[in-house]
Amino acid sequence: MTDTPLNMVEADQTLVTRLRAWWSGETANPAKRVQFDRPLTPWLFLLPQLAVVVIFFYWPSVQAVTSSFYLEDPFGFGSTFVGMENYTDALNSSEYLGTAAFTAFFCVVVTTLALSIGLLLAVKADKVIRGAESYKTLLISVYAIAPPVAGLIGMMFFDMHMGPLKDLAAFFGYDLKVGINYWDTATALIVIAVWKQIPYNFIFFLSGLQSVPVSVREAALIDAQSGWRRFWDITLPLLAPTAFFLLVINITYTMFDTFPIIDVIVKDKPANNPMTLVYKVYLDGFKGNDIGGSSAQSVILMGVVALLTVLQFRFLERRVHYG
Amino acid sequence: MAELTLKSVGKTYAGGVDAVSDVNIDIKDGEFIVLVGPSGCGKSTLLRMVAGLETVTRGDVHIGGRRVNDLDPAERDIAMVFQNYALYPHMSVRDNMAYGLKNRGESKAVIEERVAEAARMLELGQYLDRKPRALSGGQRQRVAMGRAIVRQPSAFLFDEPLSNLDAKLRVSMRMEIRKLQQRLGTTSLYVTHDQLEAMTLADRLVVLNGGRVEQIGAPLEVYRKPASTFVASFIGAPAMSLLDARIEGGQLSLAGHALARLGNAPGPVTLGLRAEDLRIVDTGLPMRVEYVEELGAQRIIHGMVGDQALAVTDTHDTPLGPEVRVAVDSAKIHLFDAQSGRRMDKRLQTVSEPAE
Repeated sequence: MTDTPLNMVEADQTLVTRLRAWWSGETANPAKRVQFDRPLTPWLFLLPQLAVVVIFFYWPSVQAVTSSFYLEDPFGFGSTFVGMENYTDALNSSEYLGTAAFTAFFCVVVTTLALSIGLLLAVKADKVIRGAESYKTLLISVYAIAPPVAGLIGMMFFDMHMGPLKDLAAFFGYDLKVGINYWDTATALIVIAVWKQIPYNFIFFLSGLQSVPVSVREAALIDAQSGWRRFWDITLPLLAPTAFFLLVINITYTMFDTFPIIDVIVKDKPANNPMTLVYKVYLDGFKGNDIGGSSAQSVILMGVVALLTVLQFRFLERRVHYG
Repeated sequence: MAELTLKSVGKTYAGGVDAVSDVNIDIKDGEFIVLVGPSGCGKSTLLRMVAGLETVTRGDVHIGGRRVNDLDPAERDIAMVFQNYALYPHMSVRDNMAYGLKNRGESKAVIEERVAEAARMLELGQYLDRKPRALSGGQRQRVAMGRAIVRQPSAFLFDEPLSNLDAKLRVSMRMEIRKLQQRLGTTSLYVTHDQLEAMTLADRLVVLNGGRVEQIGAPLEVYRKPASTFVASFIGAPAMSLLDARIEGGQLSLAGHALARLGNAPGPVTLGLRAEDLRIVDTGLPMRVEYVEELGAQRIIHGMVGDQALAVTDTHDTPLGPEVRVAVDSAKIHLFDAQSGRRMDKRLQTVSEPAE
C-alpha cells in the first residue's frame, strides 16, 4: 500500500535521474532488496555458467536445426537448402525406423533391469549387518569404470575367439556371435549397459532405504507380518521419489550415455548390428558425412526426449510422494 | 486385554553389554505400568523386547498366558506408540489407522467402524483424509494412539510418547492417555524418563537403574518408601537430599548435630530428607542458604549443612538471612545403607524434637 506515494514521486523524475537511480539500485525496495545493490552484479556472477550453456548447448542446437534443412557437400564445398527433405528421408527410411524401434526396446529393457536389480541388491545390502561396508564398496566399485572401458571388458567377455561367455554359450550348445548376429549383439549390449548402471541405482536406492525412519519400519513390523507386504506398502512408496529420479536418469543413460559401449561393440563389425538413435546420428554424420541428415535425426531425437520428459513429469510425478 | 508377565528377562547385546538383567514383572489385566529411569537404564530395551523389536536373550515374556519370545511383533497382539509417532507419511490418517487391521484380514465394515470410533474418541474426525505432514505434533500423536486403539490389542506399549510435545500439550495428553486407558481397560506398559509423568500415570511404577529393577510399587508407595538411594533421588521433585550421617551411641547425628534417637547399629548411614518434610524454624539444624527457587505457592531453599547440600520447601515469603535453622521430623527421615544404598528400617527410640 505504501507503493502508491513512492511511484508518484518517481513519476516526477527525468529519465536520466531515473536511470541513474536504477543503476545505483535506489529504486529497489529496501525491504525486497536481498544481496545486490547494482542490477548488473548478479548477471556478472551468472555469466560463466550462462556462457557455458549458450556456447555448448544453445549454439550447437541452433546449428543442428539450421543444418537439418540443408544438404551439405561431404567435403564442405557448399550446401543446398532442401527444406524438410532430410526429415522425410529419415522418417521414411526403414533402417531409421528399425534403429528407433531398437532404441525403444533397449531403453525399456535396460532401464527395467538396471532399476530392478539395483533395487534388489540395495534391499539385500540394507539387511546385511556384518561387513556391510565391504559389500557396498564391492557393489559400487563398478561405477568407477569408465563406459568405454566397460564396453571393452564386455567385448572381451563376449569375444568370438577368446570370450568366456562365448564358451559358456557353446557349452549349452549355442553359437554366440556378437558383432555378427543381430540379437546376440543386442544381448551383449544390454548386459553391459545394465551391468554398468546397476551400481548407480544401487547407491541411490540404498541411501533411499536408509532414509526410511527406523521407527516407521518398526511400526510396520507390528502392523504387518509379511515382509513382502511391508516392502510393497511402506518401503516402496517411500522410495518412490528416489525411483522416479532414477527412472529419468536411467532413460537418459540408455539413450545417450551408452554410446561408448555401443561404439566399442559395434565399431568395425561387418554385419547389420543394433544401435541406438544417438549412435546412428554419429554414424551418419561423421562416418557417412551426411551432416544434414544427421542433423535432422538429432532434431527428431531432441523432440522425443522433450516429449518423454514432459510425459514423465506430467503423469508419473503426480503419483510420487515427497515426504 | 491380558496379563503380561516378564520372567527373569535379560538382554545382552553382541559385544557383551548387559542392557537388561533379571527383570521380573507381573502385570495384571488392565493395569497401567510405567517403566521409569534415566537414559540408558534399559527401559526402552525392555519395552522393545516385549514388542518383539529386540530379541530376548534370557528369560520369558508371556502375553495373555502365551510365551511370545519367538513370535513376530505382528503375532504378539500388541500395539505400540512411538516417540516420534512413526506414522506412514504417504498414507492418510484413515489409512494409517486401518493398515494394521487390513493386514489382519478384518472386513471393510469392521475397519470402518473401528476407525470411526477411534476418530471420535480422539477428536480426529475432520482430519481423516489428511496426510500426517499436514497435522500438528499433538494431532500426530493422537493418530499414533488411534492406530493402537483400532487394533484392540492385548496390550498397549508406549515408548516415551509425549517427549516430542511441548510442556503444556504434554500435560493434557498425559491426562487423555490415562482416561483413554481407563475407559478401554487395556493392559499398558509405558516408558518414560520423566518421573512426574510416571507418578501421575501409573498404577504401579517400575524404577529401573542400569538394567535392573530397583523398585516396583504404587507411585505413593515408591515416593514414601523408596527402596534405595537411587529411587529416592529419582522420584519426587525436588529430589530427596541424601546426606552422609552417623549413628553413634543411639544418636543419629549430621554434621555434629543430633537429629534423632535410633536403635540401629552404630556406624555411617545415608540420611534421606525430603524438602517438603522439612520446616524453617527458629532453632534446629543450621543451614547456609545458597539460593532460593521461588515457585509462587512455595519456595525451595537450597543450602549447605556443613559441606552437604540440602533442600527445604518453605511456604512463607519472609526474607531470609544467610543462615536458617531447619527442623527435622524424625518420623519422616529415610535411612539408607551407606555402602549398598538399600533402604534401612529405622528403629526410633523416642519421638523427640531435634536436640541442641
